[in-house]
Amino acid sequence: MRQFLEGSRAVAEIVKLCKPGVISAYPITPQTHIVEELAQMVANGELNAQFVNVESEHSAASVVLGAVATGARAFTATSSQGLLYMAEVLFNISGLRLPLVLTCANRAISAPINIWNDLQDSISLRDSGWIQFYAENIQEVADLHLLAYRLGEDKSIMLPVMVCMDGYTLTHGMETVDIPTQEEIDKFLPSYKPLYKLDPAEPLTMGLLANPDYYLETRFAIQETFKDVLKMIPKISEEFKNRFARDYKDGLVEEYCTKDAEKVIVAMGSVCGTIKEVVDALRQKGKKVGLLKVISYRPFPYAKVDAALKDIPQVAVLDKAVSLGAYAPLAVEIKATFFGKRKSPKIISSFVAGLGGRDITFESVKEIFTKLNRKEVNLEFIDLKPELLKEEYGE
Amino acid sequence: MENNSLFKPGHTACAGCGQAIAARLVIDAAGSNTIVVNNTGCLEVFSSQYPESAWNVPWIHSLFENAAAVASGVEAALVYLGKKETTNVIAQAGDGGTADIGLQALSGMWERGADILSICYDNEAYENTGIQRSGLTPYGTNTTTTPPGTKSIGNPRPKKPMPEIANAHGIPYVATASVGFPQDLQRKVKKAISIKGPKYIQIHVPCPLGWRHETELTYQIARLAVETGLYPLIEYENGKLVAVRKIAQPKPVEEYLRPQGRFKHLLNNPEELKQIQEIAENNIQKYNLKTEVTNEKSQTQILPNPK
Ligand SMILES: Cc1ncc(C[n+]2csc(CCOP(=O)(O)OP(=O)(O)O)c2C)c(N)n1
Ligand SMILES: [Mg+2]
Repeated sequence: MRQFLEGSRAVAEIVKLCKPGVISAYPITPQTHIVEELAQMVANGELNAQFVNVESEHSAASVVLGAVATGARAFTATSSQGLLYMAEVLFNISGLRLPLVLTCANRAISAPINIWNDLQDSISLRDSGWIQFYAENIQEVADLHLLAYRLGEDKSIMLPVMVCMDGYTLTHGMETVDIPTQEEIDKFLPSYKPLYKLDPAEPLTMGLLANPDYYLETRFAIQETFKDVLKMIPKISEEFKNRFARDYKDGLVEEYCTKDAEKVIVAMGSVCGTIKEVVDALRQKGKKVGLLKVISYRPFPYAKVDAALKDIPQVAVLDKAVSLGAYAPLAVEIKATFFGKRKSPKIISSFVAGLGGRDITFESVKEIFTKLNRKEVNLEFIDLKPELLKEEYGE
Repeated sequence: MENNSLFKPGHTACAGCGQAIAARLVIDAAGSNTIVVNNTGCLEVFSSQYPESAWNVPWIHSLFENAAAVASGVEAALVYLGKKETTNVIAQAGDGGTADIGLQALSGMWERGADILSICYDNEAYENTGIQRSGLTPYGTNTTTTPPGTKSIGNPRPKKPMPEIANAHGIPYVATASVGFPQDLQRKVKKAISIKGPKYIQIHVPCPLGWRHETELTYQIARLAVETGLYPLIEYENGKLVAVRKIAQPKPVEEYLRPQGRFKHLLNNPEELKQIQEIAENNIQKYNLKTEVTNEKSQTQILPNPK
């Protein structure tokens, strides 16, 4: 059904339809609306779930860990400091091979404390063994949650999924979205049947100590599973298209005007909407520009990115996060895609923008296209204010 | 009797490990319809080394500080799945995992009123990482992070009053127990699981390696801690003291301290011995532990239940 909804509400609606048995969360802006909505649904009896209020994000993550281990579908959501506070538990959840869906309402990391949007929180958890999706708009956020449960719970996968949505832009923005009916969802997402669970009828030990004779293989196994995830996402995306008539193609990346393009920006999240507008405007002026939107950042779809960009002469990577002291996180992956390849873009320039909620405007994106030329740049910060830097260094 | 225990032999605990004995007593008292969530620590390490496990009940270890929260998730899932009425949930940890790093999660769980039994195996230090001080390390103890020296007599602080902290949460059942009194321990576990809501039992468990006593003395040392008044066995229901283990003739604390290397530096220090004797005296007074009765059977005295 098509409804005009706030992004957080849309997430709550779709999560409700996925029927989690246990929800646990802790307040943090801009995630909070999602779980407030869910709490109300539980209070109203619209959703039959245990809503566990906890004293911290560490415990929120631990509660859903315990719930999935016991055989219930579960959900949590967080942002920024909350996600970092969960970090220890998040690695644990993937190591235990527990499928779970977490919404990350992306927000900058302190210090300085800043409640506005960038992708530093979830990017910092990229090595945690979680599948990571980044959404462009509210419809996509809703759909990705449904895909996420279906994917993570697949018996051949059994991994947790983080659905990342830009704080405010998507959590607090309003959009007309199509939320499927319960019946449609039930056909797509069967009830959760765990491979293993804590059950006195069949006592199992979970979370064992693995010494050097065994640990390495547990990591290898997850690495291998991520290869299967890359194959599984397109399959589920295809089934999704057939059922819900929305086409995410392979579900890994979206190519926008890339076929004949000479310059392409690679980006993730809601900024892709702005980039598409710029692409449209520049195309009208006859400029051959395009966008490659990365939806699945973990696993990273190297082969898809290679196929999409290998014939593009100039590529700009737009990062909304940094890896301080090293190349930017998305740029690293794009450069790695083409290292040692015969066919590859001549130029892969890397730009950083939008940290701490600095607006990435139409003009910012145009500037990136302008700066994307024959001279490769690395870690070029867009929209810096030189006057502030002077103050900082006391010049 | 051990053959059908839910905690199997063959684990890798040290000889004389009090925690291993207590863990078996606890799970056997709780029974097979129990899910155990275990914090990181000695017990977890020696009982669950892949590809082996000592546990014959569903058991999960996640992290050092989150057993109470994981157990809450287990409980919530059991409620959702309609299986809570038939399943007990135990969250267990060492003293460090309980009183220090895990206290926040534990407090949250108590405050939520979760139907979970928390067990603290109190060996009075972070034993698993090499005998560092915890919030439950007693006054004067030599640990690797509170070594005595010219400027220090060892651990400068008394034990954190965990039973009182538990009681302050208004939970229905709080008790201390000792591996030196196994029947009393098992009675308390059974009683705890018969009560709905959060329960806390703190069990004194000697650690021969960390306390530096002979491995065959575990039982005696545990009993001496109680018999000197240093580890009072107390039981609260709804915040009211309902029972204490009486001591006929309190023994001097020196009898408890002498066999343990961790207190050796105090033995020639009358000032410090006096201080520790005072801790015992205070306990004896506070909980009214002294009795003239000498018959061992009648030593757990049920106090009249104050209205
Ligand atoms: C977050 C975190 N900090 C520190 C550790 C290291 N660590 C593992 S077990 C342990 C000590 C456990 O002490 P206690 O809870 O008293 O249990 P014991 O081993 O004494 O039975 C420590 C410090 C850890 N695993 N995780
Ligand atoms: Mg300890």
